[in-house]
Amino acid sequence: MIEAKKIVKKFKSGSSEITVLKGVDFFVKDGEFISIIGRSGSGKSTLMYQLSLLDRPTSGSIEIGGKSADMLSDKERTIFRLFELGYVFQDYALIPELNAIENVMIPLLEQGINKFDAKKISAKVLDRVELSDKYNNLPNQLSGGEQQRVSIARAMGHRPKILFADEPTANLDNDTSLSILKTFKELHADGQTIIMVTHEPEYVQYTDRVVTLFDGEIVRNEKN
Amino acid sequence: MFWRRHQMGKLGSAAKVGFFLATRQIKRASIWTNVLVVCVMVLTFLNLVVVSGILVGLIEGATQAVQKHYIGDVFITPLKEKNYIERSSIIMKTIRSIPGVSAVSGRYISSGNVEAEYKKAKKNSNDKGNEVSTTFVGIDPIDEDAVSGLSRLVIEGEYLNRNDYDRVLVGGMLLKKYLDYDSTTFPALSNINVGDKIRITVNGNVREVFVKGITKSKVDEIDRRIFFVDSQFRGLVGRDDYNLGEISIVTKQGVSPFVVKQALLANHFDDYSSIKAGNEAEPKFIQDLRNTFSMLGTAISSIGLIVAAITIFIVIFINAVTRRKFIGILKGIGIRPVTIEWAYIFQAFFYATAGTIIGLVIVFGILKPYFDANPINFPFSDGILVATASGTLIRIAVLFLATLIAGYIPVKIITRQNTLDAILNR
Repeated sequence: MIEAKKIVKKFKSGSSEITVLKGVDFFVKDGEFISIIGRSGSGKSTLMYQLSLLDRPTSGSIEIGGKSADMLSDKERTIFRLFELGYVFQDYALIPELNAIENVMIPLLEQGINKFDAKKISAKVLDRVELSDKYNNLPNQLSGGEQQRVSIARAMGHRPKILFADEPTANLDNDTSLSILKTFKELHADGQTIIMVTHEPEYVQYTDRVVTLFDGEIVRNEKN
Repeated sequence: MFWRRHQMGKLGSAAKVGFFLATRQIKRASIWTNVLVVCVMVLTFLNLVVVSGILVGLIEGATQAVQKHYIGDVFITPLKEKNYIERSSIIMKTIRSIPGVSAVSGRYISSGNVEAEYKKAKKNSNDKGNEVSTTFVGIDPIDEDAVSGLSRLVIEGEYLNRNDYDRVLVGGMLLKKYLDYDSTTFPALSNINVGDKIRITVNGNVREVFVKGITKSKVDEIDRRIFFVDSQFRGLVGRDDYNLGEISIVTKQGVSPFVVKQALLANHFDDYSSIKAGNEAEPKFIQDLRNTFSMLGTAISSIGLIVAAITIFIVIFINAVTRRKFIGILKGIGIRPVTIEWAYIFQAFFYATAGTIIGLVIVFGILKPYFDANPINFPFSDGILVATASGTLIRIAVLFLATLIAGYIPVKIITRQNTLDAILNR
């Protein structure tokens, strides 16, 4: 469960200040699949960065799993992300020197899982995203859709409580995008909480709830 | 839930995960990047070891030459207030009976003048003619050759033999044609060749002798002397007591000079002479020079080390800056900064190790054997490369320390930056 209250995020731009989030209240139940939509510059990615503890809001509070994240140090936030959160980035964000299975293994090794088990778990997750024949491929040897599936596998491998996806289909063609969304849907069916930012309205049908942002405020919050 | 898991469970070893990342980054980095960084490390290592090694070797070459051609392993000279070694005959006899002695040469020494072209009329009373002051040495040619290899230093003419009469070897520095510089401090004879006659004056005795050979080494003490056969020399200087001016001893292989010295001290010969093992007998200026060049070498190496540390810093910094986004992503997915720092420390360690191993092979497999066989022809010594195990180990330790620090600081700077800013490259 995530509960965000009165989230304000301001950025400095030269001598002026821009308020990107204007006191957003946001609530996510365990097991929900939520999409955040809005125009470019509406603040949807910024909201996701606050919720996923990649950034700190200017004001407001965030609770995850009943624990306030406001007072966590940077180190604690990093460890929190390692154990509790998973990320799928728009540009896949794979480590270029690591092959597919190694990219998935990294968070597991950091969690203290031994290399043998980490490899076994990673292989299983890669199988699930239909990349069983690409374990040893480096990112530059994979297509965009395959890279995004590795990114999903990396985000899922350590069984996070919440999966964040920042425009995961932005760089993909329609068929590949649908296959990625299908994967999210399957994960959701298994009880995974997912928060996905997208600018493509046609994909929100796969989610339970759609949150629409406009100019830094939630203007619509409705169930599908 | 998280806190319970985090507190109960344990994180992976940052060093282990860092090693995992580092090995892959090295393995899959551009081969040219790796080659470039390793080359920098090799050059740094060579700069550290070879530059100071050559500087020290320059003096070491001079020291070895002095020891090999002049003082030997044990060197006996008169006491300060004496001109000769008393009881020389007994001392020589004792030395020859010491089992560790391989060869010994007794030298009779006296100073005097030598003249060339002395039959030419002098222009005026101020004309000093073709004349220099020098040291005359009486030797047993066979004994001396066994100790100092003097025959191998003859570059013109022939070496002496025991039956030579009125024949001398002249040191090259006494002859203008072999003196590499003009100096009023070291006057030299001109127009002297093998077979020419020179006139010597020792203890008021004057004799004309033929130049049988000319010696040239890089030991001034040899090159500024004139050598006679000892039997003749004694007659020339009027010595019938057999007391010597110098005794030079070479020990058998594996026998410490101090063993021989100790045997001589046990006979109380130090009451009649000054007995020094090779290193102790080194002229002070050589010791001073050695220390000076060692300091110079250390200074140059230190500058090289700083340059290398900056180079490594720049290489790792550029590497870390260009990978800033990926460092941000690693932090974003929960990899601790310390893990990422370990990855870069291991990379720096790898580069330092590779550079050191290649450097060691170059120094000890190629350069040192080469310079031992082909010393560098410096004007005053045959320079060798001095690279001792202890000195090299210290330099390796310094190199590793500098590399690890230079590798750690840049990545620390990058990992301290805001995670999101790094991911978004802003």
